[in-house]
Amino acid sequence: MLTILFDGIAYGMLLFVLACGLSVTLGLMNFVNLAHGAFAMAGGYATALLMNRAGLPFLLTLPFAFGLPALAGLVLERILYRPLYGRPHLDQVLFSIGLVFMAVSGTDWALGSGQQFIRLPAWLQGRAEVLGVPVGLYRSFIIVVCGVLVVALQLVLSRTRFGSRLRASVDDPRVARGLGIDVGRIFALTFAVGSGLAGLGGALGAEILGLDPTFPLKIMIYVLIVVTVGGTSSIAGPFLAALLLGVADVAGKYYVPSLGAFVIYAVMIAILVLRPQGLFARAR
Amino acid sequence: MSAPPPGLAAVEAGFAARARLRLVEPALALVAVACFFAFPDRHLLMAEIAVLALFALSLDLILGYAGIVSLGHAAFLGLGAYAAGIVAVRVTPDPLLGLAAAGIVGGLAGLATSPLVLRGADLTRLMVTLGVALVMGEIANRESWLTGGADGLQGIAMGPVLGFEFDIVGRVANAYALAVLVVLALLARLVVLSPFRASLVAIRDNPLRARAVGIPVNRRLVAIYGLSAAYAGVAGGLLCQTTQFVSLDVFGFERSADVLLVLVIGGTGWLYGGLVGAVLFKLLVDALSSLTPQYWHFWIGLILVVLVLVGRDRMRDGARRLVGRLGPPRTAP
Repeated sequence: MLTILFDGIAYGMLLFVLACGLSVTLGLMNFVNLAHGAFAMAGGYATALLMNRAGLPFLLTLPFAFGLPALAGLVLERILYRPLYGRPHLDQVLFSIGLVFMAVSGTDWALGSGQQFIRLPAWLQGRAEVLGVPVGLYRSFIIVVCGVLVVALQLVLSRTRFGSRLRASVDDPRVARGLGIDVGRIFALTFAVGSGLAGLGGALGAEILGLDPTFPLKIMIYVLIVVTVGGTSSIAGPFLAALLLGVADVAGKYYVPSLGAFVIYAVMIAILVLRPQGLFARAR
Repeated sequence: MSAPPPGLAAVEAGFAARARLRLVEPALALVAVACFFAFPDRHLLMAEIAVLALFALSLDLILGYAGIVSLGHAAFLGLGAYAAGIVAVRVTPDPLLGLAAAGIVGGLAGLATSPLVLRGADLTRLMVTLGVALVMGEIANRESWLTGGADGLQGIAMGPVLGFEFDIVGRVANAYALAVLVVLALLARLVVLSPFRASLVAIRDNPLRARAVGIPVNRRLVAIYGLSAAYAGVAGGLLCQTTQFVSLDVFGFERSADVLLVLVIGGTGWLYGGLVGAVLFKLLVDALSSLTPQYWHFWIGLILVVLVLVGRDRMRDGARRLVGRLGPPRTAP
């Protein structure tokens, strides 16, 4: 019971790291980016390839899993995404679906359609007893890393000058621009960091979620659920939504495996119909 | 405020002018018939095109006219396909009855889920429609006693349609699909050229104002969503009957995404956009998959990205200039 809760929390933390970039994209520029999962896949593949081909240890590959997707995000934002701000949502949906298709087939072509495996270092394998509850070492590692990230994100957002500029831009881009804040540059940076975080999430989650070329499609739905249910106005909303989703998914798969993901989707629809702005959104 | 508003007669004349049959419409039918006889070895491909065109038409009804962006239109396609398949296996092999069942099931499901798309902005609608398709897929997967689960629904044997037996090269299947497409397109033409369409476009462009001038916004949206779902259901029924097989991928995300692409290639808010798009898309996929059987989705994705970056409007305007005044009735304002 407690183990399920623990696994669920680890899963939820992972989902949050995967999704938080998207929540900013959606909240800040109102851009529907279905290709967010592609950056996560890039991170996962960076780790898998560096470990299996270059023989780097797991921990050393994580900076690459963050850096490479962040770089890709920065470049793509400059070249491709920027012209599409303010275009109809249909255009953005089509564009990002196109990117997903390209990422899926391109990866398939370059690296094969098989599952990529990440061999964890010995000190992350196995289980330990904590207060009588058996917990997986790797999952506790994920919880620690993601927990640190969440706290750091929250501090950056609430304590630094960059954070207050970002919040101002989210609340009202026009006024923020009028105050001399370079909204475009803030957004480019945030987009890059969000893509990098997704990549890190992909690398950390490769072990749990499985990593193959269809990863962006598989993860897209969960990430979108986190963002739409959590709302885009704060970091706490998506975080709580991700934890809820993680625990519900793990518990659902354990207790009623025959129902599959049915419950998750049904609950998402119900929540969105009752509260279109998301569960934790401020009333506007 | 100086010019007097056009009187009722002028408005009616406008609708009548729109409703006049343009030159290109019988020409399209002729081309279809000509293709039927000209390419006797491509009957199956043509049947596929007809099914896809009908599916795209159904999406256009809500996307082009009412402005509802859906990522889960395959939900109704899948329901229709399973309805037709189950009717064929358990009740009667008659295709027309199966098709009617597919349309009714699709339409009812559309009406039942329409309250879900009335609320919220684009993103919420995207997620809700996607969620509905996912839920349907999960249900179909779970109720394997009825649907065959992951193995697909097998043992569909169709009876003769109006006395014609289905043959192996797909002649009858093709003629049947084309006939259904023509009948339903004519029906949609009636809908699209009516004042009902005008009220939908008003809602699409400005829901608040539409409500203010007295258009019952929600009722109209429910009606068109139900109609669109019924069309998608019939398309699914056709898909099942012409291929004599249904599998879980009819609910798949790729289906919903592909049909969006079809519609975008052909142009939204235009009755024949789905048809043109379906022809171009199928020929493209056919050519690409003979070139790279495994990776054709990459090129589809590239086309999508380029299409959006270049701009859908610009492309459509160019095409319209090309077609000139021969063009069928434009319904965009």
